[in-house]
This record gives sequence, C-alpha cells and structure tokens, in this order.
Amino acid sequence: MHGRPRKASKPEEEAASDAKATKLRSLQSQFMANHHDKIYTNEAIELSTKLLEINPEAYTAWNYRKLAVEDRLSRIESDQNLVKSILDEELNVVESALRQNFKSYGAWHHRKWVLSKGHSSIGNELRLLDKFQRLDSRNFHAWNYRRFVVELTNRSEQDELQYTDDMISNNFSNYSAWHNRSVLLSSLLARNADGFIPNKKIPEEYDLIHNAIFTDPDDQSGWFYHLWLLDQTVNVETPLLTSSWPSHGSSIILSGPGYLNGSSSNFTTFCSESDSFPLILYFDQAVGGVSSSTVTIDAELKGNEDLVWEPVSNKNSQISCVWVARLKYFSSKPCEYKVKVRLGNSPGIVSSRGCTFSAPYEFVFTAHVHEIVKDSQEGTVSWTDGFDIWDAQSKDLNPLVILDQLNAEMDVKWREAAILEEVKCFRLLSDSKIGKLSLARLLMAYEAMISDAAVKGIHYEEILQLYNDLMALDSSHYQYYKDAHSLVFLHKVTSSTESLSRHLFRYRDVNNLVCLRLNNLSLSRIASVEKLLFIQMLDLSHNELHSTEGLEAMQLLSCLNLSHNRIRSFSALDSLRHLKQLRVLDVSHNHIGKHSVDTTRYLCASPLSNSEWIQDDVGRQKPGMGTKYWDAYFVLRDLNLKQFNIAGNIIAGDDEFNSFVLQVVPTLVWLDGQKLGS
Amino acid sequence: MSSTSSNQMGQLVADKHVRYILMAEKKKESFESVVMDHLRMNGAYWGLTTLDLLDKLGTVSEDEVVSWIMTCQHESGGFAGNVGHDPHILYTLSAVQILALFDKINILDVGKVSSYVAGLQNKDGSFSGDMWGEIDTRFSYIAICCLSILKTLDKINVEKAVDYIVSCKNLDGGFGCTPGAESHAGQIFCCVGALALTGSLHRVDKDLLGWWLCERQGKSGGLNGRPEKLPDVCYSWWVLSSLIMIDRVHWIDKEKLVKFILDCQDLDNGGISDRPDDAVDIFHTYFGVAGLSLLEYPGVKAIDPAYALPVDVVNRIIFTK
Repeated sequence: MHGRPRKASKPEEEAASDAKATKLRSLQSQFMANHHDKIYTNEAIELSTKLLEINPEAYTAWNYRKLAVEDRLSRIESDQNLVKSILDEELNVVESALRQNFKSYGAWHHRKWVLSKGHSSIGNELRLLDKFQRLDSRNFHAWNYRRFVVELTNRSEQDELQYTDDMISNNFSNYSAWHNRSVLLSSLLARNADGFIPNKKIPEEYDLIHNAIFTDPDDQSGWFYHLWLLDQTVNVETPLLTSSWPSHGSSIILSGPGYLNGSSSNFTTFCSESDSFPLILYFDQAVGGVSSSTVTIDAELKGNEDLVWEPVSNKNSQISCVWVARLKYFSSKPCEYKVKVRLGNSPGIVSSRGCTFSAPYEFVFTAHVHEIVKDSQEGTVSWTDGFDIWDAQSKDLNPLVILDQLNAEMDVKWREAAILEEVKCFRLLSDSKIGKLSLARLLMAYEAMISDAAVKGIHYEEILQLYNDLMALDSSHYQYYKDAHSLVFLHKVTSSTESLSRHLFRYRDVNNLVCLRLNNLSLSRIASVEKLLFIQMLDLSHNELHSTEGLEAMQLLSCLNLSHNRIRSFSALDSLRHLKQLRVLDVSHNHIGKHSVDTTRYLCASPLSNSEWIQDDVGRQKPGMGTKYWDAYFVLRDLNLKQFNIAGNIIAGDDEFNSFVLQVVPTLVWLDGQKLGS
Repeated sequence: MSSTSSNQMGQLVADKHVRYILMAEKKKESFESVVMDHLRMNGAYWGLTTLDLLDKLGTVSEDEVVSWIMTCQHESGGFAGNVGHDPHILYTLSAVQILALFDKINILDVGKVSSYVAGLQNKDGSFSGDMWGEIDTRFSYIAICCLSILKTLDKINVEKAVDYIVSCKNLDGGFGCTPGAESHAGQIFCCVGALALTGSLHRVDKDLLGWWLCERQGKSGGLNGRPEKLPDVCYSWWVLSSLIMIDRVHWIDKEKLVKFILDCQDLDNGGISDRPDDAVDIFHTYFGVAGLSLLEYPGVKAIDPAYALPVDVVNRIIFTK
C-alpha cells in the first residue's frame, strides 16, 4: 500500500475494518445486480454514487454511470436544463471521488467523457484545476486534464506559458511545470509565433533556468530543461552530411580477391569477391529517402545507373544515419575511374523530424583498378605482428564535411555566444555535480561548433578531467560518466590527423590493410565512427566494451578484435551483421553466457521483437539449439567469417556449441586457432 | 554480486513471500481485498508470476486458476478484472499472461481475444482501454504485448501504433500517457516495451532517456518514478526493465538497489512494501521480486523485461512453436 505504515492492527481497528468491508461488499453486490439487469432508477444510480465515494477505482461503476447517463439523456427531449443537471451531477460525483483519490484514472476519464457531451460549463474546469493544482502541483492527471481543457477552450499557448511562469515563480522545484513549458515553447518556436525567435527566446530561457539550478543545484527540476536548451542551441533541424567513404578528393585502389603486387601506396586498397565496393554516406541524424533519384552518381563505371541504397540499421527501419550502396566495377583489367557523387539537388532526403536535406553537396574521388598477382591463402590473421607504422596525411583520412555546411545552414554567432555565456556561468557552479556535468557538456558542444583550427581541441583535457571528477563525486552513476569519458576520449583521438596517426598501422600480410589499434585504453563505449569509415582492421582488445553499437557504419571492416572486453551475449554483436566484409572476428575472453539478464535482447533483430526472419536449415533441423543459442544463431548466420575466436567465454568450449557454430557459419576455416578439418 | 555482500545486506526471505502470496489469496474478506476486488486478475498475475520467479508455481492449483480466468471472459473476447465486471484491455493482458505461465494459451479462442484487442485501436494508431474510449500509451503496450504472445500482431496497424507512441516522446527523452503528457517511469516502461516488441527501439533517444532513468536512483539506492519524488520499490521494475531494454542499466548502482529492495521486505510475515517499514501488498511484492530478478539476484528466475514473464516462458512461446 503506497505510503501506509506497516503495523499490526489493533482488535478495535480490525473490527471497524471488517464492518467497512461488509458494507462495501454488500454495496458491490447490489450494484452488480443493478448493472447486469440494466436498472437505471434514481435509487440504483445513488447506490453507485455511494460505491464510488468509497472506492473510486471500481471501474465497472463508472461504466455503469455512463450507461445510465445515456439512458436518461435518451428519455428527455432537448430540455437543456435537465441535460445540464444530469451532467452536473456526474461532475459532482467525479469531484468527490477525486477528493477521495486524486489519482483515480476512472474518475478523470469520466470527467472527460462528461465534458465531451458538450453541455457542461467548461469555464469552471480551469478554476477547479487551479484549486487542485495548488494542492498537488505535480499531479500528472491534473496536468493532462488541463491540456485537455485548454484544447477544448482554445486557450492560447502564450496564456498557458504564462501559467507555467506563475507555477515556477511560486516554486521552481516543479518538474511538471518545466515539462509543460518545454512542450509549449517548442510548439511556439516551431511555428514562429509572434516574438518566439530562437536567438531571442533561448537566451531568455537560460536566464530563467539559472535561477532554478543555482538556487538548489541538487534539485533535478531544471536539469533536463537545461539540457534541452543546450540541444536547441547546438542542433540544427536540417540534416547534414557528416562524412563519406570514399571521401572528397581521395584515391582508392580496387581489385578482385587476392594479393596485389606491393601495394605500398598510402591509398586504401579494397579487394572484393563480388566486383563491387561500398559507397558510404554518414549523416548527422537519421534520414530516409536516400535513393538513386536523390543521390546522383556521375561515373565512368558502367552498370551503376540504378544504384540501390540501403539503410545500415535494423530491417524494420527505413531511416538511418548511415546509408550504403554497392558500386560495381570490373576487376579484370587495370584502369582508372573518376566518380562524382551529388546530393541535395532534388528533394527527398528527409530527417525523422520531417526536415529536408537542402544544401546541395558534391564530392569526387578516383578509383584505380589493380590486378592481383596471386590468390589469397587461408592463413590466420595475427594481432601481434605484421604491422607497419602508417605515416598518414590528412588527405588520406576522412576529412569531415559538416562544418562548411553548418556555417552555411545556421546563424552560428548567437549560438556560440550563448554557449560561451553558459560556460562562464557554470564555471561558478563547478563544485557541484550538475555544475561539472553541464560544464563538460557545454565545452563538448563548443568544440563541435568552432572551426578555427588554432583553438580547436584545446578543451578535451578539461572535459576528461571533469568526467574523472564526476566518477569520484557521484559513484552511483560511475558508469554513466565512464561512458561519457570514453566518448570524449575518442573525440580527442580522432580530432586531428596527428593524434589519430598514433593509432594507425598497415597490416603487411594482407594488402596493407588500414588498421586502427585502440587496444588497452579502458574504453567502455565506441564513438566518432563517422571519422573512421576508411578503417579495415580494428583492434579494440583489452577494453571494457559491452556492445558493438556504432560499428555498423564501418562497412570496410574485415578484421575485428574484441577479445578481453565485457561482451555479455551474442545479441550485443548485432551491429556486426551489417558488416559484409567481416571475415575475422575475435571475441575471446568476454562474458558471453555468464549472465541471466541480456541487456541487448531487444536491440537485436529476432522473433522476440517481431522482426521478420527466414527460417533456414539450421533453424528447421535443430529448433532446440535455436532456442538455447538463439542470439548466437541470429547474429552468426549473417556473418561470412573465416576466422573466429570465442574461447574464454562461458558459452564456448563444449562440443555442442562448437558443432552449432560450424553449422551456422559454413564459411569458417579457423576456430579458436585450430584449422578446421585438419 | 558476491554471496558475501548479499549476506551483509540481508537475504531474500523467499519462503515467507511465497506464504504471504498464498495467504493473501485466501483473505478475500478484508477491506483491502474488497477494494481490490475489481482488479483480481492483475493481482493473480502479480502473485503467480512472483511464484514462478521463485520456482513455486507448482504450489497452486492450475485447473482452479485457469477455470476462474475463463469465467472472467466476456462475450466480446475481452477479460474482466473479476467475475461480473466489465471487460478491459488491462485485465485481458493479465489473463493471457497467466495462461502463458501455465502453457495454456491453447484453451483460448485466439481469434476472438485478438479481435477484441485489435478492435480497440483508433485511427491515429493509439489504443483505447475499453469501449468507453480512454486513451493511454499503457494500452498501446498492452495491446502489442498481448498480440505478440498470441502471435497475431498482424491484426493491428503496427506502424501507426509505433508512430503514436513516438508522438508521446518528450524533450527529456521519456514518454507520457498521451502527446504532451509528462514523462513517468511506468509510462516509459510501456512505451519502451511496446517499441522493443515491434523492433523499433531505434526511435528511442537511448542516451538522453538513459540519463533521465539512471537519475531516478537517489541516495537511498531506491528508484523514484519522476524527478523529485520519493523512491518506491515498484520503480525497480519500471525503471530497471526500461534501462535494460535500451542497454543502459550499467548506469545505476545495482548493489544499492538490491539493498533497498531487501530492506522493504516484511521479514516476519513476508511480502514487500513500497518503502522500508510501510505496509506490504502483492503489487510491490511482485515488483520487488521482479526487480531482484533483473538484478540477477541468486535463486530468482530471469524475467523478460518486455513481456514481463519469466524468460523460459517467453522463449517457449517465441522460439519453439
């Protein structure tokens, strides 16, 4: 029982309670008889009133009253006074029920139902609500009912915004009022209502929220509103292209499967078994509508006129940040192609919020087709040797395209000014949790916004320190700050060619694959993937990762090392299903099979989430296995692995699991360092 | 969690909770029972699922329960909260869930139950609770969960149902009952659960919602349902299951939460309350035990965060038939 003390009741209390129970039970059974016999006499209706006064949650009694009202209304002929008195009586019953239980869903709905009959004096409703909301300013039923009445009476959003002003100035610790304010304000801003211009309104709102946060930094009422304002300050609604592979001005080498003759150049070499290579577009937000009509390709490559674009996301979705198309080429004879990609010339690329990609953008790259000199061999890929340092130049890496567009798209000035003002303000609060957290977020937002190379990147050390402080200060949410720390760290690593180069290598044994080594960095989360689209081999071993979310964008990836992390289940590897080039996967020494709770159970496409799937032979022949290893089954069957390491996980090691893997991954040549069939 | 730390913080008195649930079922004459008479179907679901999580479902008479459930079915196909009451989607899900626990879905006229649920979908994709038209995202979850168990999700317009839920998303990343309504942990469970069951979790802002949810944990270790509210054991379920579905449950301190739940047990008479030393009830007993299950407490079976049924029951339904 909510908020009722636990104590043994005294005999006299028990007797009183028994008497009450007997009375209520007799009311209920009389009521039930009336309901079933459809008796709507005054006496019968009065009985339901008594019942609801004691127990407003008895939903069948509210249903009965609606039937009774309809019955009575059908008997009187357009006598407005009588109609009004019938409906007013219902409102009175609701009011006394609410006095008994302010949270009764049935009572609130009954009131809405009565009002929707259209005969009642709606003017009273706001007065009644004012009274109720003074008593309990956080009651969400009352707030919901308020929005209902406001809509019914066409009261203006400005007037309601003023009401939130009043509530907040009365007591800033009112999350419900801040919430309603965010709803009203975003609507007013979205439709450019009189005086509601972002560069004017948002700075005003910052001032208002400071009052709340600075009065009591531990009170959460203003925290989320402030984060929302920050989001409004930095984010533009229109989607932008963040990066692509190949990137503008770059050269790539293409070939069939096998080894090239001394491909020592700095170019990325892409060997394909299918005579096609991926063209990757990465947007700053999920978009739909990427197709051969919204993205045009001018290329000397034949057979790419009706390119098929696919979202790199789960099958239920037709929107994604990442889109990929496969361009065909002929690997049989060496030659050189120029490819020009143009977006935004015809509308159709639209964000999930309905905004159109509008700034036309184009990029050009060169593809050299080389001949192979020998077939590939089935050797194992080693993660310990065979690496050369790669002295990468910035043109080899993915230059980001977003900043130019950003400057063109939005008025950066007021946004920058607003953020700097906030930074100044929150430095004063930097001994509190919310002060530190807000400062870290503000500095990150500022980093993303500035384009001046001279000052870019100077805040990362401070932000990392803030998150370190937070881990110590608020240990209950340690992992939240830890994840944020990893995110900032990866931003820092990828922020310049110089810092990224320290982690870049070429893998000699397989066509000088471009390898990024981010091992042993205590990373708990992956980020900045948009800057890493050119990576073919990735070493993330000896970190604290528990999921591969984000890696799906790295369409060139053929070798991935995730050994010695905190992967708990195969479903956590779901994003790897999108990596069509992946041949080598090491997930040894993780926690797969150790936990009874699977935190990625619903982030993985499977019958659990009603995702479409086709049953294959393994599923048909061994349904029991499909249940036991269901997530392994759904993830592995989409991968064309040649080399797989799974040792050091609880799930692995027995013959049953090994034979299951062999059936689901027929392409496998090496399992845990053993060559199969030998 | 290590066994030493669970010793320090006290143990789950599972046997006492089992006895409490079985006793509560018999105390039909107390005032509390009479007031709850109309939602006995929910009570049965809470009690029986708790028993199953503690591996004691065998102590109740399956035939008795199943035949009582069927007497609550209305000719429309929907179920009432108790014999004689009106049908409502709230109790229809509980009835279907209990039958799932006993592996007795086959006694249902699946088409009829599905038609009742599907018939409550409105043009905008939302769901009403019954013929009287109250709309709430709770009912969207219930409809989707119920039809997923019955494998008849194709009876509704899933795309519109999902769009309606997304239209209830707030600027803090949470969800409310209707568009514009304030975020609330219980409502978030419903919306995230419905999106999980329809493969639509990509429409959740996981980091934003995850921060809001993990900040529900206060100094006591317990979770509240909205900012600046008191902690309550029932949010162990609503918040934890949501955090698990979006893979952000590592953002809270699990040990502290385990301790909070264990502190809310009535060690003498069994049962779990909303806060330490409050009166126990079956609702909080279920949410406490289900919360411990999500925290991988030893001796409690795993529960599925979206279907709110034991994982073995869900796997049996989804993967083997």
